[in-house]
Amino acid sequence: MKRQPTHRRRMPIRLAAGIALIAMIAVACGSSSKKNTSSGTTPTSSSSGGPNTASAPGVTATDITIGSHQPLTGVAAPGYDEIAPAANAYFSWVNDHGGVHGRKITYKFLDDMYDPAQTTSVVRQLVLQDNVFAIFNGLGTPTHSAVVDYLNSSKVPDLFVASGCVCWNQPVQHPYTFGWQTDYVIEGEIQGQYIAKNLAGKKIGYFVQNDDFGQGGVKGLDTQIPASSVVSRQTYVTSNINVAPQIQALQAAGAQVVVLYTVPPFTALALLSAAKIGYHPTWVVSNVGSDPLTLAGLLQNFSKGAAGASLAEGIITDAYAAPVGDTASPWNQLFKQIHDKYISNLPFDGNVAYGMGVAYTFVEALIAAGQNPTRDSIVKAVASGKLGSGGGLVPFSYSSTNHQGFSGVQMGTIQNGVIVLTGTPYTATDTGNIQPYTTPPGAPPPNGIPPGA
Amino acid sequence: MHQFVNLTLGGVTSGVIFASVALALVLIWRSTRVVNFAQGAMAMFTTYIAVSVIDRHWSYWAAFFVALAAGLVLGAVVERVLVRPVESGPPLNAVILTLGVFIVLEAIVPMIWGSKNRTYPPHFSIIGYKVGSTHYALSPFDLFTIVAVIVLVTALFLLFQKTDLGLRMRASAFSPEVSRLLGVRVGRMLTLGWALAALVGSLAGVLVPPSTLTSLTPNYMDPFLIFGFTAAILGGLDSPIGALVGGVALGLGLSYVGGYLSTDLETLGALVILIAVLMVRPEGIFASTRQRRV
Amino acid sequence: MTDTTEAPPQLPVEPGDATARRQSLGPAATAAVVVIAAAVAAILAAVGGNAPLAPWGVAIVGLLLAGATGTGRLWLPASPLLRHLLLAVVAFGFLLLFSDHVSAFGNYEIAQVAYFAVAVAGLSVLMGHSGQLSLGHGALMAVGAYAVAILMGHQPHVPIVVALLFGIIVTIAVGGVLGVAAARLHGPYLAGVTLTFALAIPEIATHYRSVFGADTGKPVRTLGVPGWLSTTFPPEKWLAWVCIGGALIALVLLANVVHSGRGRRVRCVRDDEIAASLAGIEVGRAKVLAFVVSAACAGFWAGVVSPGAFALTLSLSLVTAMVLGGVGSLVGAVWGAIALVFVPKYSDSISKHFSLSVATKNNLPLAIYGAVLILAILAFPYGIQGGLRRLARRFHLTYRPLEGR
Repeated sequence: MKRQPTHRRRMPIRLAAGIALIAMIAVACGSSSKKNTSSGTTPTSSSSGGPNTASAPGVTATDITIGSHQPLTGVAAPGYDEIAPAANAYFSWVNDHGGVHGRKITYKFLDDMYDPAQTTSVVRQLVLQDNVFAIFNGLGTPTHSAVVDYLNSSKVPDLFVASGCVCWNQPVQHPYTFGWQTDYVIEGEIQGQYIAKNLAGKKIGYFVQNDDFGQGGVKGLDTQIPASSVVSRQTYVTSNINVAPQIQALQAAGAQVVVLYTVPPFTALALLSAAKIGYHPTWVVSNVGSDPLTLAGLLQNFSKGAAGASLAEGIITDAYAAPVGDTASPWNQLFKQIHDKYISNLPFDGNVAYGMGVAYTFVEALIAAGQNPTRDSIVKAVASGKLGSGGGLVPFSYSSTNHQGFSGVQMGTIQNGVIVLTGTPYTATDTGNIQPYTTPPGAPPPNGIPPGA
Repeated sequence: MHQFVNLTLGGVTSGVIFASVALALVLIWRSTRVVNFAQGAMAMFTTYIAVSVIDRHWSYWAAFFVALAAGLVLGAVVERVLVRPVESGPPLNAVILTLGVFIVLEAIVPMIWGSKNRTYPPHFSIIGYKVGSTHYALSPFDLFTIVAVIVLVTALFLLFQKTDLGLRMRASAFSPEVSRLLGVRVGRMLTLGWALAALVGSLAGVLVPPSTLTSLTPNYMDPFLIFGFTAAILGGLDSPIGALVGGVALGLGLSYVGGYLSTDLETLGALVILIAVLMVRPEGIFASTRQRRV
Repeated sequence: MTDTTEAPPQLPVEPGDATARRQSLGPAATAAVVVIAAAVAAILAAVGGNAPLAPWGVAIVGLLLAGATGTGRLWLPASPLLRHLLLAVVAFGFLLLFSDHVSAFGNYEIAQVAYFAVAVAGLSVLMGHSGQLSLGHGALMAVGAYAVAILMGHQPHVPIVVALLFGIIVTIAVGGVLGVAAARLHGPYLAGVTLTFALAIPEIATHYRSVFGADTGKPVRTLGVPGWLSTTFPPEKWLAWVCIGGALIALVLLANVVHSGRGRRVRCVRDDEIAASLAGIEVGRAKVLAFVVSAACAGFWAGVVSPGAFALTLSLSLVTAMVLGGVGSLVGAVWGAIALVFVPKYSDSISKHFSLSVATKNNLPLAIYGAVLILAILAFPYGIQGGLRRLARRFHLTYRPLEGR
């Protein structure tokens, strides 16, 4: 007969559990009692004269707090979890040089695990409890879609969404929301033009994420690639890692060129699944899923039998700023310097350069918002269209009627583990109108901070 | 035709992995009448231990056997420390306990190993075999997977059927009171049962990441737990043969559903198969005990 | 099993009913317990830096404790239905006043506790009274939530009540199918089928993208504040009111189901698996109502209904909350829901206090849930509510059984 644990046996466990519980509650209550900062009214004079005031929620005389939702864990985390720390590193750089109008930038980024239900919870917390001035660089198309209505109805600036969905470009419906990176339709158009010109006559296949990200790319591609050339259109969702049937279908259809609108883990999965069945088409990958260092990390151990990082060689992709492999770019040198100082534990890859680039644009907007920024003043500053495009290869398209962001890309290929650009950059709109753009990006300011801080 | 062959090969490979998870669940059910929901998480945990070994530049085989050994230890510890006190109570309690172990393991793995992406290296090539000029969806690693599972299952079969120890274990599961009277240390046999089950689970754990070509994440074993459980039920929770047949059948079924219909509908396919089988035979295909008719 | 006109089987008398009246020490002892609890709650609230909320926290804790002691039976109507209705009305009024005094974010949290409480209560009744492990509740919630979201998306002017009714009907239909399929199953076989069901349903949402919105999900239009309230009425407070109201209605119905003859019959066959399967696994209307109300409120709360919200973690969290609060206990469901909402907050504070890494911080709530489950089963199988009743027994305040209702 099996023994039942007696009362005596249970008591020590109960006592221990009870004491542990009370201790934890005490610690939790104790540390949460140092609540949010009250708006300080002690004026601080800045370099342009006049006192700083607490001019908006999240703004005090000495501090400005912004928030974000990021996939720090979960299926989309590989690579993307570096973006927010990189942006934070740039803000630390700015703070160490005196901040913006004498205010330090505090960046609170919370994990939403790439799940829209979590995103709403996290963003609501940032807006209502942490009282942030703006939401900055919210990452993900399905995730951010869940909160864009809420942010606009609460009149919270929703700046530089980390996604290329055209849905952020709705100045009438979502006046507080702005994109930053080149949107997927434009990217698809320019990639499509490249394919139609350089890979003419080949059979094309698509393998895209089944949401606005993938479908946006397809829309752009279809404007340039004749429908008769597209022999197979396959999709995936991030919740299902079995993509072998789709890759096998692409092979069976005879696609010689496959366009991937995939996040990095699924780019790697596509490459590996294809290698397994001996399928080696020309891959054209969206800049969202083509960072060579991230891919190398995902592919590295599968190296027996000529798989591994070499699978990424020859991938055709695009960029809207100098790729990190271009060490001659003064912007990359600046970013590398900041990276080495603050986040040297992270690899210096495309995600880090992205984070710092978008942080630079934010600081520009914050400066332009005035000495005592309000939520409306920063939105006006972006919509004015006067923001410099930093290290971008193409200009921003911001105006009162356009909230989209970078207006084009330049094509390139992965060679020896870095992206090497070819041809010239192109700009486009969501309805076509692809034009070459040959003005090179300007140099960064001497201390790496936009003028007027 | 090519597609059918590829889907079949893929189905068999994933099927043997389901079968090994199913076998682990069956072993535990036979010995202690508990559904071990933590089986997948335990396998994941031992695989992470193996990854640590590989990080220290030891060989793949060292990591492989470390994972299996860790499985033995983990299974024994979980049974002795956590499950033993509740084995005699209502079955719901033991199941909820295993759910708790499941949650804890998946939570502490990122705490210990960080959330950085890791991949588990396959020791054999993942490129499919070539017949003529076409590659098929069966790689040397897939073959190793199938062989490894067959070898382990055969070894367990021999252990249970042909050795004294196996006889004692079977007796303890079948009739604990009588076995005790005959001098069998029933408690030890139950612990051993859990340890062997966890060993089988750990094998599945190290075979999955290279097989699915994905990275290690704390919940990569979740779908395999669910499908393994489904396979165990299909075959009959009392029957190891049922676990094998159920596993391979489910693997093939899911592969065909994914290939011919859509990969989105795989779990739905599993549900349909499950309900269809259970409507006809509510105890599973190979169940030895019939439903008690009152 | 149908309701027939024959007399219900003779059951062992539940000691709590009759003896509570005879041997409870009455108002004085109750007041003593409430005052002690009040003091504890006040200290915690003050330490937590939210002193103005202290009296409210005190009152809530005190009332829930009074429920644990069961002394309320002394001066409440004898008929269960009247008693539950009266309690619900009082609770409703009280919570409405409470919602006035909390911040907007606080109202969101109240709404969250409300919809979790209902889901856990439904699950608790199901598992506590049938003794069967069913993991399909996540799927039923998904069905209900999507039904409500799709209807409201197509017909924006439909009142909430109609949308909820639609959700309930759809969920009953789907649940009925599951019930038929699962009727012959018990134990682990039932668990397996319901688990697979729970994971297959979100796949339908992913596959039929145009109808269900795939991984992005279906947006749920914000619950509009109705015209008869002032125009400056904050929408979060309205959300809290709707969720509280829905939760109380569902809880009253659940409480009634439990105390009806049918509920007692199901309970008395609980411990025999074969007999339980003969009595049928009832996906009773009250339980479906609970799941749909909970899912609908969760949809309003999140503003979106997506497959990710109904993943395995939801089912596991609900089981944790149920066990923590006390299986089979409705008040326990409230405890469990409070824990579910506030454990992540407190674990964040702990992470900050000890400067833990991001990976640790994100997983600490899960680790706590798992540890709680294990501890609860090993040492506190009757959960918080059971523990409170044990305490109340020690002081001879009640003789109610440790588990159930």
